[in-house]
Amino acid sequence: MVEGLRAFGLVAWMWIRSSLTYRTSFVISTLANVAITFLDFVAVLLMFSHIETLGGFGLPEMALLYGSASLALGAADLLLGNMERVGTRIRDGSLDVLLVRPVSVFAQVAADRFELRRMGRVLQAVAVLAWALPRVDVDWSFGAVALLVVTLVSGAVIFGAIFTLGAAFQFWAQDATQVLNAFTYGGNTLLRYPPTIFGRELVRGVTFVVPLAFVNWLPVLRLVGQDDPLGLPGWVDFLSPLVACALCGLGALAWRSAVRSYRSTGS
Amino acid sequence: MRRSALYLAVAGYGFRRYATYRIATAAGVFTNTVFGFILAYVFTALWSERPRLGGYDEAQALTFVWVGQALLASVALFGGGVEGELQERIRSGDVAIDLYRPADLQLWWLASDLGRAGFQLLGRGVVPLGVGALAFELALPADPVVWALFLVSVALALVVSFALRFLVGLSAFWLLDAAGIGAANTVLSTFFSGMLLPLTVFPGLFGEVVRWLPWAGMLQVPADVLLERRVGLGVLSGLLFQLAWALVVLLVGRWAQSVAMRRVVVQGG
Repeated sequence: MVEGLRAFGLVAWMWIRSSLTYRTSFVISTLANVAITFLDFVAVLLMFSHIETLGGFGLPEMALLYGSASLALGAADLLLGNMERVGTRIRDGSLDVLLVRPVSVFAQVAADRFELRRMGRVLQAVAVLAWALPRVDVDWSFGAVALLVVTLVSGAVIFGAIFTLGAAFQFWAQDATQVLNAFTYGGNTLLRYPPTIFGRELVRGVTFVVPLAFVNWLPVLRLVGQDDPLGLPGWVDFLSPLVACALCGLGALAWRSAVRSYRSTGS
Repeated sequence: MRRSALYLAVAGYGFRRYATYRIATAAGVFTNTVFGFILAYVFTALWSERPRLGGYDEAQALTFVWVGQALLASVALFGGGVEGELQERIRSGDVAIDLYRPADLQLWWLASDLGRAGFQLLGRGVVPLGVGALAFELALPADPVVWALFLVSVALALVVSFALRFLVGLSAFWLLDAAGIGAANTVLSTFFSGMLLPLTVFPGLFGEVVRWLPWAGMLQVPADVLLERRVGLGVLSGLLFQLAWALVVLLVGRWAQSVAMRRVVVQGG
């Protein structure tokens, strides 16, 4: 574990140094990354220039959803987002190089082409949250703050587990990275809007099948004092850490069996 | 005459190259469909709060969503295709081979990108739009003339998109690592094409300006042709708008290409 983290750190640091070689491009891409989330949020602001509430949520509550979803995805994307590249490495055979090194393959794949500029999304999410937190109608007791912090961490872990599952899936379907995008970027798009506006089937799907609702929907609904559209018992709102742990276990199993079943393309 | 046969062949290879990746295409269709559903629900909520927002009724707004998903891969509204490949070839020096060919660099890449776009229009466009039409009440026209005009507009959208991405790719001659410019291009084309929100919803002067930018020719104009929000002279002015931007950006690309050619150093070995 410690060995793996060390390997991740070393590989990531190597890529950071390499990206700093082209300094102009690094600066532009980091700014562009901040701008991505900024313009994204401008779209939400534009919507609210025409409306007061969407699905019972005002702008501050929407910003809370937006910031929490974006921070969870941003952190996971920074640390594990490049795992999707494993499909390319399987196709061109370069995964073999990683397998023969005496270091955790997972750490190497995760840190592969580590991009510091992805901090852009994290920074923007923090800024949106900082704007939203004093404006939402929430009694910030110790419990509420703890729930928010635990939610943000669990949310990042849930997305991280999904990236891992997606990478393991690449071992079978080598050029299906797009499917992963539906759950990660698609999930992020979904979670920044209140669950009330979506069809019940969709909400059920992302609660019980792909448990994205635990990233931020359920805890945020509790914070702002709204019931979830499925009418689940109240304690479900606190299950995010458990769901995150379970998904991690699933991700670890899938990843191990994927690596074990790997056959090189040869040449 | 032989020239046009050459570029036609290049376009054919572009088409076939992408047609090879069947699983990737299926995965793309899946993702476009999922995004379509998410956005369709958001737009339904938005339009039920403010009916006739941006001049669209609910069915038109939903059609806008699904047309956007159908054109996303083909018109490269998130970027991709030529720009990444060209950057990689400039960085690795393989671009020397492109320059060696008895063909024009820009036209070669245009033909190849049109081939790619043609496949993705069929491979990743038809199914999401079909699913959208089955799941939601869309405002699709019955008149085949409207569809034909829509396809002309889509073709022009492809050229505008290519011209912009070619410029982004060429920037690698100066920056070497142009991933940053690529990311910036993705932001601009997603936001200013109307992919996040139709440009007609953008308020005031900001909205006016946004609707005159080249990215408006990538989604907003084709969608408005299909939705019959542009009819008669409106269609003509829309197509001319796209054509004008296509020519301007292509010419800028041509100029940048000639400047780049003067400074290119090909390393041997």
